[in-house]
Amino acid sequence: MSVEDQQMKIRCLVAKVGLDGHDRGAHVIARAFRDAGFEVIYSGLHNAPEEIVQATVQEDVDVLGISILSGAHNELVPDIIEGLEEYDAHEDTLVVVGGIIPDEDKEFLYENGVDGIFGPGTPLQETINFIEENVKRDE
Amino acid sequence: MAEKDPSEEIREQHEQWEEETLQEFLEAHGERKDRFATVSNMEVDRMYTPEDTEDIDYTEDIGVPGEPPYTRGPYPTMYRGRTWTMRQFAGFGTAEETNERFHYLIDNGQTGLSTAFDMPSLMGIDSDHKMSKGEVGKEGVAVDTLRDMEILFDEIDIGEISTSFTINPSAPVIYAMYIALADQQGVPREDVRGTLQNDMFKEFIAQKEWVIPPEPSLKVVTDTIEFAVEETPRFHPVSISGYHIREAGSTAIQEAAFTLADGFGYVEDCLDRGLDVDEFAPLLSFFFNSHNSLFEEVAKFRASRRIYSRVMEDWYDAEKPESKRLKFHTQTAGQSLTAQQPLNNIVRVTIQALAAVLGGTQSLHTNSYDEALALPSEQAVRVALRTQQIIADESGAADIVDPLGGSYAVESLTDQAEEEIMAYIEEIKEMGDGSVRDGILRGIEQGYFHREIQDSAYEYQKRVDSGDETVVGVNKYVTEEDTDTEILKVDESVRDRQINRLESVKEERDDEAVEDALDAIADTIEAEENVMPAIIDAVKAYATMGEIMAVFEDKYGSYNEQLASM
Repeated sequence: MSVEDQQMKIRCLVAKVGLDGHDRGAHVIARAFRDAGFEVIYSGLHNAPEEIVQATVQEDVDVLGISILSGAHNELVPDIIEGLEEYDAHEDTLVVVGGIIPDEDKEFLYENGVDGIFGPGTPLQETINFIEENVKRDE
Repeated sequence: MAEKDPSEEIREQHEQWEEETLQEFLEAHGERKDRFATVSNMEVDRMYTPEDTEDIDYTEDIGVPGEPPYTRGPYPTMYRGRTWTMRQFAGFGTAEETNERFHYLIDNGQTGLSTAFDMPSLMGIDSDHKMSKGEVGKEGVAVDTLRDMEILFDEIDIGEISTSFTINPSAPVIYAMYIALADQQGVPREDVRGTLQNDMFKEFIAQKEWVIPPEPSLKVVTDTIEFAVEETPRFHPVSISGYHIREAGSTAIQEAAFTLADGFGYVEDCLDRGLDVDEFAPLLSFFFNSHNSLFEEVAKFRASRRIYSRVMEDWYDAEKPESKRLKFHTQTAGQSLTAQQPLNNIVRVTIQALAAVLGGTQSLHTNSYDEALALPSEQAVRVALRTQQIIADESGAADIVDPLGGSYAVESLTDQAEEEIMAYIEEIKEMGDGSVRDGILRGIEQGYFHREIQDSAYEYQKRVDSGDETVVGVNKYVTEEDTDTEILKVDESVRDRQINRLESVKEERDDEAVEDALDAIADTIEAEENVMPAIIDAVKAYATMGEIMAVFEDKYGSYNEQLASM
């Protein structure tokens, strides 16, 4: 791989937050990202929001993909974004959420700094395209 | 002149049909696809004939219901005696709200209760724990202390109803609370009926709820089985579950194979403990998923019964019929529900429920059509229950025992399923050098199950994305729509109310008695004794779920998944 390729590679953290252990979607999307040429880090399970914030900052990822199916998204996702803001890391991180998010909660999450939300039935390519088009690269 | 062999005639007819009728028809019309396969990507043939079932010995392999190998069903009359138990999983918010839903379901004709717990309870932490934020009462009911269980079963006679508890690492605590409740209500322990999920193998394989590492987790499961044998012989201490393995993305074959293997793993551990197979095996129950491919599902259920009966007899010397009879609960496939055009899910659930009934399930949960959107609303729960009642009372499916038995297709698929499931079980046994239990532990440690399931899940998603696998409303017959369904929202004040109750319990209880009870649990762990009696004492002293589980974590350490692929 050339140096240029290295620089171009999108770095992504696929994260599970809270006590939710439903990890099928997280693993499937992680694999699809990898097949699309992204560099993917997986958080593992049962993380507190601050642990996700730490990992996002330390790994300096371009994309944070949060997978959540427990219904706790309105509490945990804003906590993560607040944490990113404390480290000035929100601006250059594309934050996407996957899982079961009722319509009325989507607006709330968008207002709180989420860039994209992908529910059940979303084709893998649609999420990949969204990230490739919207990724915020460090200059 | 000798008479023609009937199988010869069948073969001749088949060949002639292929050459003349079929060939010509295919040339003119073709078929919809080059390859036809189930939702698990198991290829199916165009047509099955007696040639496909030639090797089946009717009396040995199919036989009669209520006799080994139980292919046709665990009981002789099946649903002509009584229909399966209609058991809708319910639980949200605080114990009061779930108690209300329980009474609603009983009033609507439900015959067994099934409790869903919230994530903190499932993971063995209290509602006031930092990690509980946002999760209290969300996916199920919050239980911190025996006080919550008292409210949950208020005005419900636990000597009369059977209750299923979907809970795993913290299952021994819930089991202890239910026994304490029976003691309080004056119900003899031997009359307590119900099921504890308590299947830790599948947690490490698929559902991913854990507190302590796999080996001590297994020890505690075996403690609960031993305790049930002695004290609550009508209570199933473990429900060996394929449901979550399938939901995590496995195929039907992998679901059945890993689940049966898990069952055999527990059997081996109980035997090592010195328990008598014919005393504990009748208490083991199973829990499967039912997906859309009707015939594959029926074959899976029938093959699983046949394998279980044979393996229990051949490998573990089970003698009693109850030890060889596979009894199981089924839930329709949550993963098959779509957020798009949610009413379509009613139809999916009907097909899946029918598959479970045709496969001979003992109890059934039908999913609500709105579950891909949120927790089920009351209307959706009612439709789901009515779906079962229509199958039971209107369709006639409950009137004939094993009505698909003898179908060339279903018998052939049952055979194929048996073969493929056994190949996996043998592979796991080999990984454990002749021990299924050790094979499972090694498979967990080495990420074997994770890889197997992930490969299937990814492959499925790619088939859906490419359109090879049709999902109506998602990749075919798509319409623009507003998902305007009435959905249930959990009251955000639940957490505060729950924490208030926890605090008041802590104020009222005798702290010294709690300390002593927790120390006693630690002592039994040190002494490698059965932990159940000490946990019962602790819950009676109103020790919290989190306090009790912390003792286990302290003694055995915690667990983190090792994923080689990541």
